[in-house]
Amino acid sequence: MEFFERFAIYHPSPLIYASMVAIGLVSIAIVVGITYFKKWGYLWNEWLTTVDHKKIGIMYIISALLMLFRGGADAIMMRLQTAVPDNSFLDAQHYNEVFTTHGVVMIMFMAMPFIIGLMNFIVPLQIGARDVAFPRLNAISFWLFFFGAMLFNVSFVIGGSPDAGWTNYYPLASNEFSPSVGVNYYNWALQISGIGTLMTGINFIATILKMRAPGMKLMKMPMFTWASLLTNVIIVFAFPVLTIALLMGTFDRQFGTNFFTSMNGGMDMMWANLFWIWGHPEVYILILPAFGIYSEIISTFSERNLYGYKSMVWSMVLISLFSFTVWLHHFFTMGQNAFTNSIFSITTIAIAIPTGIKIFNWLLTMWKGKIRFTVPMLYSIAFIPLFTIGGATGVMLGIASADYQYHNTMFLVAHFHNVIIPGVVFAVLAGFTYWWPKMFGFMLNEKIGKWAFWFLTIGFCLAFFPMYVTGLDGQARRMYTYSEATGFGPLNMLSFFGAGLMAIAFALIVYNVYYSFRHSPRNVGDDPWNARSLEWATHNPVPEYNFAVTPEVKSSQAFWDQKKHGHKLFDKEYEEIHMPNKSGVPFIMGVLFSIFGFSFIFAIWIGVILSAIGIFACMIHRTFEQVHGFHISVKEIKETEEKFGGADK
Amino acid sequence: MKELFPMKQVNGFIFSLLLTVIALSVYFLDMSFSVAMTILLVTAFIQAGVQLILFMHAGESEDKSSIYTTTFYAISIALFTVFGSLLAMIWGYMF
Repeated sequence: MEFFERFAIYHPSPLIYASMVAIGLVSIAIVVGITYFKKWGYLWNEWLTTVDHKKIGIMYIISALLMLFRGGADAIMMRLQTAVPDNSFLDAQHYNEVFTTHGVVMIMFMAMPFIIGLMNFIVPLQIGARDVAFPRLNAISFWLFFFGAMLFNVSFVIGGSPDAGWTNYYPLASNEFSPSVGVNYYNWALQISGIGTLMTGINFIATILKMRAPGMKLMKMPMFTWASLLTNVIIVFAFPVLTIALLMGTFDRQFGTNFFTSMNGGMDMMWANLFWIWGHPEVYILILPAFGIYSEIISTFSERNLYGYKSMVWSMVLISLFSFTVWLHHFFTMGQNAFTNSIFSITTIAIAIPTGIKIFNWLLTMWKGKIRFTVPMLYSIAFIPLFTIGGATGVMLGIASADYQYHNTMFLVAHFHNVIIPGVVFAVLAGFTYWWPKMFGFMLNEKIGKWAFWFLTIGFCLAFFPMYVTGLDGQARRMYTYSEATGFGPLNMLSFFGAGLMAIAFALIVYNVYYSFRHSPRNVGDDPWNARSLEWATHNPVPEYNFAVTPEVKSSQAFWDQKKHGHKLFDKEYEEIHMPNKSGVPFIMGVLFSIFGFSFIFAIWIGVILSAIGIFACMIHRTFEQVHGFHISVKEIKETEEKFGGADK
Repeated sequence: MKELFPMKQVNGFIFSLLLTVIALSVYFLDMSFSVAMTILLVTAFIQAGVQLILFMHAGESEDKSSIYTTTFYAISIALFTVFGSLLAMIWGYMF
């Protein structure tokens, strides 16, 4: 019995027991459902063992959407708790757990996988490749992310959630102040999914540098591919810092070392320093692909080529470099002198310059364009002013002396939601709608999509703009309640109302998927948006081999050239196509990693040892495995192409 | 014969031996800690550069420009991170 006591919930409440029951019932329902419809074989053969970048991309996006609802539920709980003064819906500890989970889930398990999912699906198509450079590694990346996310999500029903904020600052995160296993969950869930992300970074750099179609020079890549390349470069340089910092934290908590303690030569603020050396580039890991998505969409729906392609590329290169030089602005008030703060203040404000250049590029792309107000375009247009407001408040926060007033208030919370929601969330939703026909061969309903857009945009403004005001009035972030005398009540109620509208918007987006699946016409053709870049030169939905013939490219808008300037993309005969084999090993490795992480969290060493042996066994198996892939014959290609109405060659 | 003789590599080898001797002098000569560290750091970085360019053939393939670009990118990020952390945690720290 003693053994099982460690799994008890650290801070129980009826809400948690209710979710425990709900999780149990849903899991049983899923297993029964799959068995009843006899889908286990389909699931295993088509999805769990796949190495196809398109299917992996879709799995990333589905997981991201699930996590969006998980994190969204946390957000609603927080807004509900603070909607009225002296509320007792959540107590202090529970509120701590909720905002920590919200932050981690939204950044690591919603925004990142959504971006990586779109990257997985689109980048190989945009560069005319058949898959990523290392398809098997790609599957491992996904399963590590997925099981990392699952590990994080069981924390609140087994052992207790992390409660030290998504920034997890020491000494608060040390054993002394966070005695539950929550922070161990944080360390291992992020560690496992972080390793997956690092592999994605290496994989995509190799893919983009080495697998482009003939004729596609670096400066002829579509903008989303450029953004992805730079993002992955940032991933490769930033994520190792997180890996090591998490490991140091693990050692401190589980083996009694003194990296982040305040005695025996430890330095608790070193965690904040290392965390933000990773954390600030992380912000740009999220926003650069978003910029890429907007660039594709704005150029398509303005029917103009992108204004200032070169300046856009160079500003992104500058951003990717600058992103490593500003991290100290996250802790201006930690005790550095004015000189140190000034240096980072200047670098922070400087990064607004390349970002501003891009804003003008988008505006000038739309200038005199034939703008079509589709759902993706609406998100992109709303993004520009909203993101600019977020950027301007960012510059305010970047002024070190003024930051002493703003820091740790709701003003900061309003600022970063103001850049992340219109910046990243709008972008992934726009990209999701824009590339949906590419994934599934039919369109999402425009009318429901527009309703969702307006609910989301208005909800966003109502939810977050009041926080600027209460923040300046002195409402601290992460406070679970406040007294009526502060006067924060009405504006917080408004925020809650806005959050409710956003929840409706996300429900509408899911309803839209269901509605369109049932009712949308399936004969949308290969080019429903009158698009420009190479991914639209193949069929909808994309066949397994992407392109029947390797395309030959002359510009960043290869498909537009083909349509308007008579350029021949596909000028060769069909040849046999060589494709990678599927494999169950990545999935098994993901399971083993999650057992490893779970055992480590609870210090069950036998589980750690056995799963580690299993992981190494998988790697040894891979080393000696002889797989040569399989071939798709010319006859098969012809049949597939005819089913799509013949290739346009 | 002259074309076949790897002059560059031999010179590089002699140069790297020279660098090693200079670094080794820190042990035998009596000097202050900061001078010794400076000598070690400078010779170490030049040594790394010689190895990378001459013996790992960084500049001899088609990927020359991307190899140099990534190297410079990596070095600048490393320097920024290290010196920035020193600035934040030691030199510029007030308490």
